[in-house]
Amino acid sequence: MDVILLQILNGLDKGSAYALIALGLTLIFGTLGVVNFAHGALFMIGAFCSVTVQRILSLSFETIDPTKVDFLGNPATVKTPYVMEWFGESTGASIIDWSVPLAILFSIPIMITVGFIMERGLIKHFYKRPHADQILVTFGLAIVLQEVIKAFYGANPIPTPAPAAFTGSFDFGLLLGFAENTIIYPYWRMVYFAFSLVVIGGVFSFLQFTTFGMVVRAGMADRETVGLLGIDIDKRFTFMFGLAAAVAGVAGVMYAPINSPNYHMGMDFLVLSFVVVVVGGMGSLPGAVLAGFMLGILESFASMNMIKNIIPGIDQIIIYLVAILILLTRPRGLMGRKGVMEE
Amino acid sequence: MGLLEVKDVGKRFGGLQALSNVNLSVQENTVHAIIGPNGAGKSTLLNCLIGKLIPDTGSVTFQGQSVLGKKPHEINQLGISRIFQTPEIFGDLTVLENVLIPCFAKRDGSFRLHAFETVEAEKDLNEKALAMLEDVNMQDKLHMQASSLSRGDKRRLEMAMSLVQDPKLLLLDEPTAGMARADTNSTIDLLKEIKEKRDITMAIIEHDMHVVFSLAERITVLAQGTPLVEDTPDNIRDHPKVREAYLGETQQT
Amino acid sequence: MLGLNQRDTKFLIIVIALTVFTPILLQPFPTDSGLAQFNAGYPDLMQRFAIFGIFAIGFNILFGLTGYLSFGHAAFLGVGSYSTVWMFKLLNYNVLPGLVLAIIVSGLFALLIGFVSLRRSGIYFSILTLAFAQMSFNLAYSVLTPITNGETGLQVYNDDPQILMGENGITTTHFFGFKMNSSWIMDLGPWQFTFNFGYYFCAVIAILAFYLSLRIFRSPFGLMLRAVKSNQQRMNYTGVSSRPYTLAAFVISGMYAGLAGGLLASMDPLAGAERMQWTASGEVVLMTILGGAGTMMGPVLGAGFIKYFENIFSKINDQVLHGWFAFLPDGLENALVWLLHPFVGKGWHLTLGLLFMLVVVFLPGGLVELGQRIRNMFRKKPDANDDSNHKPQQSPHVAE
Repeated sequence: MDVILLQILNGLDKGSAYALIALGLTLIFGTLGVVNFAHGALFMIGAFCSVTVQRILSLSFETIDPTKVDFLGNPATVKTPYVMEWFGESTGASIIDWSVPLAILFSIPIMITVGFIMERGLIKHFYKRPHADQILVTFGLAIVLQEVIKAFYGANPIPTPAPAAFTGSFDFGLLLGFAENTIIYPYWRMVYFAFSLVVIGGVFSFLQFTTFGMVVRAGMADRETVGLLGIDIDKRFTFMFGLAAAVAGVAGVMYAPINSPNYHMGMDFLVLSFVVVVVGGMGSLPGAVLAGFMLGILESFASMNMIKNIIPGIDQIIIYLVAILILLTRPRGLMGRKGVMEE
Repeated sequence: MGLLEVKDVGKRFGGLQALSNVNLSVQENTVHAIIGPNGAGKSTLLNCLIGKLIPDTGSVTFQGQSVLGKKPHEINQLGISRIFQTPEIFGDLTVLENVLIPCFAKRDGSFRLHAFETVEAEKDLNEKALAMLEDVNMQDKLHMQASSLSRGDKRRLEMAMSLVQDPKLLLLDEPTAGMARADTNSTIDLLKEIKEKRDITMAIIEHDMHVVFSLAERITVLAQGTPLVEDTPDNIRDHPKVREAYLGETQQT
Repeated sequence: MLGLNQRDTKFLIIVIALTVFTPILLQPFPTDSGLAQFNAGYPDLMQRFAIFGIFAIGFNILFGLTGYLSFGHAAFLGVGSYSTVWMFKLLNYNVLPGLVLAIIVSGLFALLIGFVSLRRSGIYFSILTLAFAQMSFNLAYSVLTPITNGETGLQVYNDDPQILMGENGITTTHFFGFKMNSSWIMDLGPWQFTFNFGYYFCAVIAILAFYLSLRIFRSPFGLMLRAVKSNQQRMNYTGVSSRPYTLAAFVISGMYAGLAGGLLASMDPLAGAERMQWTASGEVVLMTILGGAGTMMGPVLGAGFIKYFENIFSKINDQVLHGWFAFLPDGLENALVWLLHPFVGKGWHLTLGLLFMLVVVFLPGGLVELGQRIRNMFRKKPDANDDSNHKPQQSPHVAE
């Protein structure tokens, strides 16, 4: 029992990331009908927003501290981050400590801008071209974006710690009456899971309860008719692209402490997220979320030794295997609408 | 015994009885039209004929062979060729290539790995395709890309693609739907011309009375999923039941 | 000749001539000149031109003709490499059995994957092939280690059986005694040309592969494949079953990829799982599109272009840039170097990505289309009838 619980928990954080990326992919596909291979790159840019904010906040000036000497006997230089100078030592330190959550505020306008530019500058011209062309051009864009990041930040992963308050682990086992240390779970992953639920909830209620969301949902169902009603659906769709980019971005921001950002993390997540979207059903938002969590948890179960001993290597292929089975037996995915890209 | 025999066909969609007790026999060398107001079950019947839908009851046989559940290419190989509402052609290929493909399909069946001959070397088929294109007056457009043809020419090309296979039955699915009157008339002329030149059986599913009465030799009137009456055009024209079915429709609209 | 019409025969002869003289054509700069670094006439690179040319020609048979975009073709490349190295381990270093096995195994593998993937089309097909390739890659890294030697990569060890090796057997890859790494170097003044057996071996196979694909493009089979791309539904209503056609194309292009993988292992008896990764599949997509999908020459051009970039462009560092712009005032020189820095050297991928995007947006026909446009531009000018100094590569045939 405790083992099962542990695996479910382990699957949640990856599942959250899959769900968030897949949600954005589905928004874009559902509203704009575009298959966006550059969506993983948006996730990656988000993660690097974390890195950037951390770096900006840690910007320091150097002073010579006459009271201390370094090991050569010279007066030591001391680096003091500007934020400490401005806000006082303890406030400054905690600002730096909390740079990852702070990066969310920073990343949202950036991601929306990136999304706008992408849509207006490039994707817009591909609405009427075949899906293969869309895949190709966004694939090229993904390469460009990841190379730009590589040029600025280098090829190595950059550790980006979470606030100190969340560095420990929580002993779920104790809480539920199991032995100590049977189910321990890092705090930050809990935060990530809760965060993803909030974002998903936010997106859904936005689409459900605002007029804007209603129009967009109508547009997803039947673009032409909505256009005939005299509603400028294109503008709203541009905004949806920005929103999808922002969702992927904040997912990346918060993921930075779990996995040190590197320039190819977007591509790594992209392939899996696409599989998630297909399993959930192209164009179905609940499907994307459900499939994201489901596959994350499934993956974590498959990596249990008990299961690996029965079917060696299953942890490596389980997601793909599920995707293949689903595509062949139920082409529209778990919750896809009938007739949407079934062939 | 007709070429195409439809016996006791019924089809239900949930609570809707789309077809019931449809009996129909298309005789060889006749043009047989199936007409009916909107929602009479024409497209459901057509989909049963081409294997897209499997009826709940009854049978559809072509030359004594059941077509139910057969794939589109198998049905074509039996000798049934379809003409679509909007001309379906291979837009990226040339006019000649468009006609060559059905030639190959006719000769080689549904699949053959003929990767080591060249298309040009197939003299017989090239000649056959050329002759066919001359028949429909398109010999001067052989190397044009098919998608750049006018709508009328696309229809002629599609017709050529069907006829070059010498089909035993030509199945036309509302060939003039959505066309302007002039286009409709030229399509009628084309079909008449074809009928005069060769012995061919046609089944036309059509909404437009003008088309039907200009072409058909036998007419089946479908209403509410069941055949109302089957007769010659002259008799159909004055048939009270038909008037009722169609007048009923006009009153609604 | 050879079942080709006059135009195609001429075309084939040009391709053969280009291939034969590649060691000279790619070595235009004297070895002591500053531009010598742009020479590409060394064996390793030329072998890659030929091998990836084969890979791209094969990919083009699937994507260019049928429009099915596979994102998993590298799996076949990897399978080919593994098969060939296994033949080295079991028999001896003769490449022939390895290449034959590579083609057979990758063909069977393609039959399996294609049978399942081709039940869907469009983006679903792309994702299915992607999923299969990633599965193969992950398995090669983990549980299949006994066959693939995992992360280390498969290679030949001293204690391998090599039953046909004999006492004084050749210890590098060879074709009936002709070693792949043997070269004949010709010095001609300041120029140096390297004629390598391995390159010519690959080149002969590449020409055969090219010839075969030319025949396929011109055959009724090729016509059917193009019809699938144009209107699959119409195809079925014309009495043709499209599935076996697409499956045959998939298997043929899988065998081409397997052959290319086998040749890679034949030049350097190593096989690693990274050869199967989806980025490697992406590379062949890039090559084909960049050169011009659906054209005969495009994929080969694209493969050459990308491999040239990868090997030559990536060597341009800041020092080289400074060398070029030394004649400029210092400030301007530094500014230019700073500006160009992200695009060259290690940043060549960035340039490649940008180029690729430009091609997809503005030149759907790839480099081949560019060549045709340039040619047409010259033709319009009345006084430019005689453009005989035009590169022959730029007068390609598009499969009409």
